[in-house]
Amino acid sequence: MDKSQSTGLLFEISHKDRRCHLLPDCDVPIKSSSELLDKKYLSNQSTGLPEIAEIDLIRHFINLSTKNMAIDCNFYPLGSCTMKYNPKRHERLGSLGGLSNVHPLQDDKTCQGMLEILWEMQNYLGEIAGLDGVSLQPAAGAQGELTALLVAAAYFKDKKEHRTKVLIPDSAHGTNPASAAIAGFDTITIKSNANGRVDMEDLISKIDDKTAVFMITNPNTLGLFDEQIVKITDLIHKAGGLVYLDGANMNAILGITRPGDFGADMMHYNVHKTFTGPHGAGGPGSGPIAVRKQLIPFLPAPIIIKTTDGFKLDYDRPKSIGRVRSFFGNVGILLRGYFYIRTLGPDGLKQVSENAVLNANYLLSLLKDSFDIPHGDRCMHEFVASARNLRKEKKISAMDIGKRLLDYGYHAPTVYFPLVVSEAMMMEPTETESKETLDSFAATLIKIRDEDAEFLHNAPHSLDISRPDEVRAAKEPVLRWKK
Amino acid sequence: MSYLLNTPDDKVDMLKKIGATSIDDLFSNIPDSVRMKRLLDIPKSLTEIELTRHIDLLANANLSAERSVCYLGGGSYDHFIPAVVDTVSSRSEFYTAYTPYQAEASQGSLQAFFEFQTMISQLTAMDISNSSLYEAGSSLAEAILMAMAITGRSGTVLVAETVHPEYRLSFTTYLANLEPKVVTVACPGGKMCLNDLASKLDDSVCCVIVQHPNFFGNLEEVEEISKLVHAKGALFVVAYDPISLGILKKPGEYDADIAIAEGQCLGNPMIYGGPYLGLLSCKEAFVRKIPGRLVGQTVDRNGKRCWVLTLQTREQHIRREKATSNICTNQGLFALRAAVYLAAVGPKGLTETAELCFRKAHYLMDLLCKIPGVKPKFNLPFFKEFTIELPCNAQLIIDSLVDDGILAGLSQARWNPNLVNVMTIAVTEKRTRSELDNYAAAFGAAVNSFIAHDKSKAFKS
Repeated sequence: MDKSQSTGLLFEISHKDRRCHLLPDCDVPIKSSSELLDKKYLSNQSTGLPEIAEIDLIRHFINLSTKNMAIDCNFYPLGSCTMKYNPKRHERLGSLGGLSNVHPLQDDKTCQGMLEILWEMQNYLGEIAGLDGVSLQPAAGAQGELTALLVAAAYFKDKKEHRTKVLIPDSAHGTNPASAAIAGFDTITIKSNANGRVDMEDLISKIDDKTAVFMITNPNTLGLFDEQIVKITDLIHKAGGLVYLDGANMNAILGITRPGDFGADMMHYNVHKTFTGPHGAGGPGSGPIAVRKQLIPFLPAPIIIKTTDGFKLDYDRPKSIGRVRSFFGNVGILLRGYFYIRTLGPDGLKQVSENAVLNANYLLSLLKDSFDIPHGDRCMHEFVASARNLRKEKKISAMDIGKRLLDYGYHAPTVYFPLVVSEAMMMEPTETESKETLDSFAATLIKIRDEDAEFLHNAPHSLDISRPDEVRAAKEPVLRWKK
Repeated sequence: MSYLLNTPDDKVDMLKKIGATSIDDLFSNIPDSVRMKRLLDIPKSLTEIELTRHIDLLANANLSAERSVCYLGGGSYDHFIPAVVDTVSSRSEFYTAYTPYQAEASQGSLQAFFEFQTMISQLTAMDISNSSLYEAGSSLAEAILMAMAITGRSGTVLVAETVHPEYRLSFTTYLANLEPKVVTVACPGGKMCLNDLASKLDDSVCCVIVQHPNFFGNLEEVEEISKLVHAKGALFVVAYDPISLGILKKPGEYDADIAIAEGQCLGNPMIYGGPYLGLLSCKEAFVRKIPGRLVGQTVDRNGKRCWVLTLQTREQHIRREKATSNICTNQGLFALRAAVYLAAVGPKGLTETAELCFRKAHYLMDLLCKIPGVKPKFNLPFFKEFTIELPCNAQLIIDSLVDDGILAGLSQARWNPNLVNVMTIAVTEKRTRSELDNYAAAFGAAVNSFIAHDKSKAFKS
């Protein structure tokens, strides 16, 4: 069945004088802007927005939607991204008018229900982290990293310590060094050892009295829990530094171990991953941070406090770093995280991690005889396979396999990350998939491995398009439609 | 647990295949000393029925714009959201999709983002736009980082005092440990003082930031500012209100270099401050310095037109500490909503929306200024938001009007303790004449009662 009707660009299907949304007549006796405002303020040119009737607009976007893969239709074994199911109750509750129509600058006493939810969320995230203070303000994980690093910088400044270095393992997400640079730190890369853990010798050689923060993702991006963690955090603390936990992989350890308990002093959550906000084809996220007691004074303002007079936004925080964004935070995602935590409870959250780890290990066990898995046959919630041997023997790349999976209705794994494994294929099945799904997925991967290399180079074969010319896109960028 | 699928039998089979004795065995490399020996201290699980009851109660404890008439602005507005916006954004294929790195499986979102980029470019009369940032405050921080890279200057950022205080705080925080100093340009009359600007502009300034209409609702002299800024080789960064561009000059028309906006007003709920979306458009020459995701048009191996994420070598996952920004996510779902909104209103609808906001705001300003003691704080042209001075504490009026089901406006004292009698009020196209008349009547009654109260107190003492 053809689903291409009205899928030309909006500007191509635009038809002069067609309308969708109509406005009421003006009911106040006031002159128009062209009469009341000086001409110098008024625009001389049309916006050029498309003119579309409602049915064409709907067909356009609904037909476009069918060109997407999505969690509600397909399995996404996308490592590092925690593409779990997005419960539908969250969407209904999140769009209740009593929540979605609350203005961010309303006085506290007119939005006590909202403040109560967010105050509880602050507490839950502190408890899950094993840390003392929480800021819900950061809009996404990367902004959470930046916020925490600014908190650390303010903390050292307050202590009159001049610390300039942030140490980051080579397997870290790219946001870690990018955030450290904006926070004004020099970044020092720490090597991974042959087992995919922090190379202790390299770490020890790079710790000094200028070390401000060590950023670690644990479990790391290879899906491995670094059992040296207590030793590492002790070393950093002895040198007077702080330990930052990139919480991207919290889905592996909910209720099993807590960053605060293994020595992290600050961390961010990706609420949209761990606590399942829909990814929306790239956002919004939400990246709250949790910190140890001595860092609380430096958190962004406001923070919600409970008083005898109800819940209040506390702006009276003289040592605060300030703000990293306008308004309270990405509340819509925080609400969904709250709904999820309330639905699961303490037993449920722990089972989430148990099943996420069980599923990942099961998938690994199904694939380990057919694919190269460089870091052993056990993992946490994700693992990294490599196509390096396939590439050598059959000229089949991780990209080829990923693209061919699309034909079978599976999203590709995360490919070419982490950078420390060549031809990496990082797989994270999450806990919301069944054994049957994992069985079929593994069988498909094994089947693809034995397909003709040339056929794989040209995959996918059944989608609308195949292998876009990315070099051309970057060489002569076309970033907008023009007449 | 309805989101978990493994039954006890499944678990036995899976553990057997793995070669593990128990689920606990899978966690054996977490040192026992740091394993939790108790359950998390959070409330026990709720079924959907229980959760719905709990949330209904809490949602009803808020005086939302659904149960009141909302005149609050300051960057978030009670504009109307056409039903088509919700219909499209609630498509599973859009809201449960991942970032479109796999272009073949993401053409729906990629095309929509390309259309979004085009419409934001058209709306602002700028050459190019990215596919959205978090919100306006951090977008201004990104614009400053861009301006530093483009001009090679890192001495000073000049910002008008009339820029939203939370935006100013946000980028000041971003810059805390970087080179540039943030210097405020005075705005004694409610808009940027051009003399003060001229005196502070020198060769170390990388950019000048102005909000137009500004935080008080006033229009700024953007054309003159633009000339002054460019004469000194700095970049002109403007924060605009997207709805205002239905009637006001577009940033490209007065030669802005980077245009930033809060995109909440384009079909997104207020939801206590987020998620919103930051709009960033700029001149073509800056394309390789732009932060965040960009969608570009290309062809596939069969020559078919298609879209991809492009110029990724700017981004953190490739360049790491040398990236143009640390941003990873965009606000995809909200960029989609903004695209649907702009397509639904179209060129005429946007102008009509802007015109309704303008006329209704001016009608209300006139009504309020008939109340004895109430007067405009500034005698400056405005768009949909205006600032008045009262004969009493503005917070008293705001508190009193809550009982009438009215969220009356923002007390400026929240940001400046010298402005306790000053209130800023926003009017959208949703407001009817009778709502505005009722508001003015309730407002007048409240002002009168406080004045009478003050007088009687004065008389007694």
